Amino acid sequence: MTMILLLRAECIKTFLKKRTYLGFLIILLVVPLVEIAMKIEGGRFTGASLRSLQQDFFFVGSLFNGWIVAHQLMNSLWVHIPLLISFVAGDQLAGEATAGTYRLLLIRPVSRTRIFFAKYLTTLVYTIVFVGFLGALSVGLALILMGTGDLLVFRDGILILPASDVAWRFFAAYILAGWSMATIATIAFFFSSFVENAIGPIVATMGILIVLLIVGVLPVELFEAVRPYLFTSHLNIWMGVFADPVDWSDILRSLAWLSGYSAAFAAAAWMIFVRKDILT
Amino acid sequence: MSAILQTFNLSKTFRERTAVRNLNLEVLPGDVFGFLGPNGAGKSTTIRMMLSLIRPSAGDVRLFGRSVLTERSHALARVGGIVEKPDFYLYLSAVRNLEIIGALCGGVKRSRIFEVLELVGLRERALDKVKTFSHGMKQRLGIAQALLNDPELVVLDEPTSGLDPQGMKEIRELIKHLARERGKTVFLSSHLLPEIELVANRMAIIHKGDLVVQGSVADLLESGEQKVVFRGTPLNRIRRLLAARKTLVRAVQRVGTEIHATMEFRHIPDLVKILVRNGVKLEAVIPRRSLEDFFLSMTESSAA
Repeated sequence: MTMILLLRAECIKTFLKKRTYLGFLIILLVVPLVEIAMKIEGGRFTGASLRSLQQDFFFVGSLFNGWIVAHQLMNSLWVHIPLLISFVAGDQLAGEATAGTYRLLLIRPVSRTRIFFAKYLTTLVYTIVFVGFLGALSVGLALILMGTGDLLVFRDGILILPASDVAWRFFAAYILAGWSMATIATIAFFFSSFVENAIGPIVATMGILIVLLIVGVLPVELFEAVRPYLFTSHLNIWMGVFADPVDWSDILRSLAWLSGYSAAFAAAAWMIFVRKDILT
Repeated sequence: MSAILQTFNLSKTFRERTAVRNLNLEVLPGDVFGFLGPNGAGKSTTIRMMLSLIRPSAGDVRLFGRSVLTERSHALARVGGIVEKPDFYLYLSAVRNLEIIGALCGGVKRSRIFEVLELVGLRERALDKVKTFSHGMKQRLGIAQALLNDPELVVLDEPTSGLDPQGMKEIRELIKHLARERGKTVFLSSHLLPEIELVANRMAIIHKGDLVVQGSVADLLESGEQKVVFRGTPLNRIRRLLAARKTLVRAVQRVGTEIHATMEFRHIPDLVKILVRNGVKLEAVIPRRSLEDFFLSMTESSAA
């Protein structure tokens, strides 16, 4: 009962705060802007992508539709989503320190562990709601504007997925994307546990993400050895469902890595939080 | 009578600096316990340890016989408090803020939230966002949140800080009301000495992290040297006669049309007899029962 009350209280604090909706607002502006632009550009978008393949293949009819736009958008937006998520996740603990409200919360007859988990669960709820909103808006609007059709996937070659086989893949992709973003949120939450300003966790999370993404692509032997163990190597886990057949064992392996990283960062944050002297 | 709040050799060291050293306090049921000390004396650090915001470097705090270190939730169940200035979620209303705090106390009824808002005079502003509140209103909301779970012990850290005289008076009246009408035990920290003198029955003085003295306010005021003001004519004779009684009077000073003597109150009748016998026409003898003088004398002697 107490945990439900705490979770409700944390959700009230998070979802009645204006900064929580900044990410939603940005998505609400960017997604329609991009999709309307694509609608206006029409077939030229897919034409450019297929130009190199047209020497060897013969394409009949229009391959431009809502699915391909939503898929393209999913590819391009994931660079920016971690920033928007860390904006809220990084504020969860540090925001209390900045506002001085730790002094209200932590003198109550409820364990710090419970408060910690209420805050962490709220962070995950926010992440899931945010990713869900992004998915619903980008896929929904794309389908409304450009209709359905077969999905062309350009990854290690070309794959055409029939229209009837696409919806579940998007659903699964957004669930997996939510999982990867939960790892990003956990890292921001971890940084939030030992600073007293919400800017620090955002910068630290983005910093670690950028550095590891660079390590992930540089063709250096040393980096290649560690690459499979970096969480950034598993963030694109959702791409796996747009393969045929889907390699579920690979997806499960990435899920396990991401979960492991989340558990480690959450445990470290918990240890810091329960031992922390509140001096603000 | 068993103590509601006890500290046992409570100490806190931040790196090289000792903020509180071997502090032993005892607050009894029904006390309005004044916790006095100049800024930086260690009052807030002590309160933070009492309410488990920071871990002591050594020692323990027991609330209702339970250790804050090992039985935190049980120890804090019957306690409410404000630590330093009351900060709230400014973007939420007073009611929402109290709902959140209520959730941390296992949930409180909405009627209870309005009851405590009524008690501190904020019922009309219940649905307004806290960012529209004045400092005094936030202080009162701070007291409301401290009372939300109907605690037996209320810990108030400088509750009148930053308030105007009217606001200070209101808070003092509220503290008296809590103690007398509602039967609360109040632990009141302040550097405003008259505040303690006006509301507390027992007190402790802390200076540079050390306990200087602890006891009943009345007893502490009776003991030790205090200032006594003599008015009358001729003024020079009063000064001379008092200065000659070195065993009774420690210091004599002329201040305008008055003579200020530092002495124990119990010597007043003897000195009045001496002055009258020597032809002094006394107009007034005013004992300055000021806690401020007492406080300063105690902290000065502690520093020495």
